[in-house]
Amino acid sequence: MISTIVFVLLATASTSFFIWNIKKVRRNILLGKEVDLSDNPSKRLNTMLRVAFGQTKMAARPVPFILHLFVYVGFVLINIEVMEMLVDGLFHTHRAFSFLGSFYNFLIGFFEILAFLVTFGCAVFLIRRNAVHVKRLVMKELNGWPKMDANIILCSEIILMSALFIMNACDQTLQARGAEHYIKAGSFPISQFIAPFFSGMSNGSLEFIERFCWWLHIIGIFGFLNYLPYSKHFHILLAFPNTYYSNLNAKGKFNNLDSVTDVVKPNFDPSYQPTSDPNNPQRFGAKDVFDLTWKQLLDSYTCTECGRCTSSCPQNITGKLLSPRKIMMDTRDRLTEVGKNIDANGGTFVDDGKSLLGDYITAEEIWACNTCNACVQECPVNIDPLSIIVDLRRYLIMEQSAAPTELNGMFTNLENNGAPWQFSPADRANWVNEQ
Amino acid sequence: MDNTIQIKTMAELAASGEQPDVLFWVGCAGSFDDRAKKITRAIVRILDHVKIKFAILGMEESCTGDPAKRAGNEFLFQMQAMQNITTLNNYNIKKIVTGCPHCFNTIKNEYPSLGGSYEVIHHTQLVQQLISEGKLTVQGGAFKGKKIVYHDPCYLGRANDVYEAPRDVIKSLDADLSEMKRSREKGLCCGAGGAQMFKEAEKGTKEVNVERAEEALAETPDVIAVGCPFCNTMMTDGVKHFNKEQQTKVLDVAELVVQANNL
Repeated sequence: MISTIVFVLLATASTSFFIWNIKKVRRNILLGKEVDLSDNPSKRLNTMLRVAFGQTKMAARPVPFILHLFVYVGFVLINIEVMEMLVDGLFHTHRAFSFLGSFYNFLIGFFEILAFLVTFGCAVFLIRRNAVHVKRLVMKELNGWPKMDANIILCSEIILMSALFIMNACDQTLQARGAEHYIKAGSFPISQFIAPFFSGMSNGSLEFIERFCWWLHIIGIFGFLNYLPYSKHFHILLAFPNTYYSNLNAKGKFNNLDSVTDVVKPNFDPSYQPTSDPNNPQRFGAKDVFDLTWKQLLDSYTCTECGRCTSSCPQNITGKLLSPRKIMMDTRDRLTEVGKNIDANGGTFVDDGKSLLGDYITAEEIWACNTCNACVQECPVNIDPLSIIVDLRRYLIMEQSAAPTELNGMFTNLENNGAPWQFSPADRANWVNEQ
Repeated sequence: MDNTIQIKTMAELAASGEQPDVLFWVGCAGSFDDRAKKITRAIVRILDHVKIKFAILGMEESCTGDPAKRAGNEFLFQMQAMQNITTLNNYNIKKIVTGCPHCFNTIKNEYPSLGGSYEVIHHTQLVQQLISEGKLTVQGGAFKGKKIVYHDPCYLGRANDVYEAPRDVIKSLDADLSEMKRSREKGLCCGAGGAQMFKEAEKGTKEVNVERAEEALAETPDVIAVGCPFCNTMMTDGVKHFNKEQQTKVLDVAELVVQANNL
């Protein structure tokens, strides 16, 4: 009875805390500018199913793809077993779904194999990060918390799975001894190999370890759930909405700023009616997270810092400061800071004298970009670092007139000659006579 | 290039009440850069050979605004765009072929919402169509059996998913088309895009074009084929960096077709 009460309290507390955090993340994301992405629902659903659910973009790198698939499939399906644990916890039952008979036995066996694959995947991931030093997993932007975060996630998953194995090993030993409550149910293709370690123990000790692991697993799940909003691991949830709201246009198509059209178009079409609100002038480009769209902010929360973007960036490969992953991490870090500011000031943001551009991302980083879309192409969850880079450039150019000198020269040539170089427009067709 | 081709401007065509089948958008590089002008002439050779009725804007053409847009100068971009759209719409242009993936991308994707909607194709797509429709018969000529490695321009490939048209053209030359490790979706930029062509690179360990040229040269090709005048410049410089310009030529897909068939 006490255990049921404790369980219900834990479940309620962790769910409430999670919802409270989710609301905060949602509020932070909605600090971004409005953008209408409600078009093409069927195409969007299809993209989400393909890219997030089907993991299609992961396949480009086979080794991490297979290992990630183990962890992904394992984690999704083992949640069915967690449902049984929730039922057991609420109603003080043991293996509530065992009435399914041989299908139940199959399921438990299947989950054990999945749990083994999850453990294997996480172990190899730990080795790749900490021993093999795969380049994109040891770059300097990961120093400190990001590296710790990754290791916490992997170790937690290994602990969760180990608890499941030890629980099952004790359970099957107790089942074999005909202990009370421990009905014969399940099959244990993996934990049968560790069961012999527990054979010398008394029923009491076994029951204690079995209960301990049960609680460890369920508390671990609750804890892990609440860790997500603080972690790069949030991608396991946000990958779905983020891919749903993917950019459906050709990657080369950059948005045309309506606020600029409103200024430029009347010169060409006197009957043109501006679309933006003259009483609410928009900043050109982005200086801080408020100037980005909610989708760009959702992108930042979705990023799991895998670094495929950075490892394919021509500028990063050749030693420049630019790292698309860092652009996303900086955006999220700044947004988190803004969110804390809002919390600390009773719901309104109080200027802290900081901004995304300058305090997090430097001009040197964004001027290096080739706008080649390699980062966008690589992202397994359709994050678009390029759009943020371009919005930051727009701010530097249009609000600060802070372009690199040579670019100012190019702009002047464009304005005066209609070409980026200093040639006379009158010479544009000279090639015709040079045949 | 023995006989000179008659090239008409839209102003000349319009004066005699004619419309072209297609407008050839030459682009700034193709108009002013000495190396890129050769590509322009090759495209014109092909258009003339298949008797497509085409015209250019001549002095009325102005930069699409691409480098301004990528650099973040949206004002300058939209000024350029609207000026060009006014010109194109005045001539009632329906179809455009471009000699540059940047012009192609900008006119195709970014002009429509500013009032300029046209059917836009890149010259490698046009050549591929002409071949598949039987309007242009090509032979391998000097390139038969030669090893050609194709470099994907970002604004043709990833930006617009055009990967196969230029490759199909190269294959029709009976050439040995080989691929770099980073090709198609994974193609590495030449280093020119995003207005980098017009500025010094930031501090780093290597130039992007050297990295890319090194990768291309590892295939020991006779030709590095490109479909973009800026890639052409970058790859040519990269090949020179390794002193390989005698062994490996950098040529546009259009130039390959013209040279192989003595058009």
